[in-house]
Amino acid sequence: MQQSKQRSHFPVHVAVFLAPAVLLYSVFMVMPLINSLRLSFYNIGEQNQMSYNGLQNYVKLFTDSNFAPFFWRALKNNFVFFVIHVLVQNPIGLMLAALLAEGGRVRNFFRTVLFMPTVLSVVIIGFIWQLILNPLWGVAEGMLKAVHLGYLFGPWLGKPESALITVSLISVWQFVGIPMILFYAALIGIPDELTEAAHVDGATAWNIFWRIKFPLILPTVGIVSVLTFVGNFNAFDLIYTMKGANAGPDFATDIMGTLFYRTFFGQQLQLGNPTMGATVAAMMFLIILTGVLLYMFLWARRVQTYEL
Amino acid sequence: MKPTPLYRLGQFIGKSIPIMILTIYGLIAIFPIVMILINSFKDKSAIFGAPFQFPNTQTFSLIGYETVTKRATFPAYFLNSSIVTLTSLILTLFIGAMAAFALAEYDFRGNTLIALYLSIGIMIPIRLGTVGILRLMVSLKLVNTLTGLILVYVAQSLPMTIFILSQFMRQVPKDLKDAARIDGASEYRIFGMVLPLVRPAIGAIGIFTMIPIWNDLWFPLILAPSSKTATVTLGVQQFLGQFVSDWNAVLSSLTLAMIPILLVYLIFSRQMIRSITAGAVK
Repeated sequence: MQQSKQRSHFPVHVAVFLAPAVLLYSVFMVMPLINSLRLSFYNIGEQNQMSYNGLQNYVKLFTDSNFAPFFWRALKNNFVFFVIHVLVQNPIGLMLAALLAEGGRVRNFFRTVLFMPTVLSVVIIGFIWQLILNPLWGVAEGMLKAVHLGYLFGPWLGKPESALITVSLISVWQFVGIPMILFYAALIGIPDELTEAAHVDGATAWNIFWRIKFPLILPTVGIVSVLTFVGNFNAFDLIYTMKGANAGPDFATDIMGTLFYRTFFGQQLQLGNPTMGATVAAMMFLIILTGVLLYMFLWARRVQTYEL
Repeated sequence: MKPTPLYRLGQFIGKSIPIMILTIYGLIAIFPIVMILINSFKDKSAIFGAPFQFPNTQTFSLIGYETVTKRATFPAYFLNSSIVTLTSLILTLFIGAMAAFALAEYDFRGNTLIALYLSIGIMIPIRLGTVGILRLMVSLKLVNTLTGLILVYVAQSLPMTIFILSQFMRQVPKDLKDAARIDGASEYRIFGMVLPLVRPAIGAIGIFTMIPIWNDLWFPLILAPSSKTATVTLGVQQFLGQFVSDWNAVLSSLTLAMIPILLVYLIFSRQMIRSITAGAVK
């Protein structure tokens, strides 16, 4: 009796400890987020008055000729952006982590070097690559010529068919450090006893990696995938820096982040529209939520987490 | 049995291939950065004539840096970024540590619920609430102020900070706290006692909180785009937009923007990486 009474009591000092965090987080993150979702069901009139609009904004986003083509293209581009990260960034990250995990002075040096691009601002990275790929400067072309591949060079960032892939690969180049460091942490957490027996039996490093270590780090594979998925929707900065809000050429690099920005703030001729902007953000929210829930129920539940 | 020379050769190759791959990838990782650095110290003809060469006595030039320091308000941008990043950092760490302590230390009703509520922010990017945030900042008259940015960054950084710190705080031995309680220490004193014990974790979380705030473009662009409140990231973005054709200025401003964050990283990288891996090894 006494015990349960004590538990239901909410002591003053607990409230004092929690209040600032809960308050700031609620006022500046949760409430604006809920408010944004709510706004997606409203319309803003000439005098800034709000009127309930039901699902009309969503219908407009999916069907109106001013919105729908942009929305579907941004969604498709975002998907391509994501797939390139999953297929290129994460495997390279895993490979580098596996090589670094052997330890030693040389490898620790490489660990520091390989993570370097990740800590720089996307704006800086965007400009750096714009200069490197600029045909005027000719650095990329010079490099390719040095290995007799000069004919491959082209204005990759300027062509609609290659711009999105180029931008995605630049993002991969920058952020490969994140999966690398997460896989690395998981790999060096595996106790030596688990691989020792296999070593003694003469198993190759390749087999030990895929048969013993990789299954043990599957939970990290899941976390990295979810982080990659969510990270896609933050990819605004790079495209805005390299290609501007219009995500050229001809919207070839337009993703949800740039679409959200343009819809919210407008562009040359079109006025910004907060409620349509909120609708785009709400769609991003739904997509992220779906992805996270799928991960939680389909992956995290099935993959065995070993207590190491 | 003595290993044959062939076996030894095989072993040598097996050992050097990983280092070779790491070297190649290492070059890919730093090559673009090095290109910008070395060319920022050359005159224009050398930038284009011999981009791969290090600056020498003939090609060395600081003209880009002169243009940048004359034209751009870089010192002001640095000051803004420093104020925003450091204030957000201190607030996040202190407020976050308090909440993490409450969640780790006390078994009160709603503990799990509050922990869950706070961790939603780990998965959902705060940017999705931008429409709501801008409206809120307009009504609070915090548009184009550094305060507005700081409040958003603290809210953005709290979930992860609380999540990680509460895990570290659970590892602080209970005996220590109970002994202090018997001596009559208040709960606030005990919090003050636990704080230094999780210092390594606080240091690492600090760096991870700092980097995205310093590098952010989105919120400075939307909440504080005025030239008075521009951060380095926004300032560089706008400055470079104007000076596209002045390669000396572009290269030197990129270098200036890169150096502080690279220095912080190089100084703290060991501690940073150790803290991530500490979570794995325990």
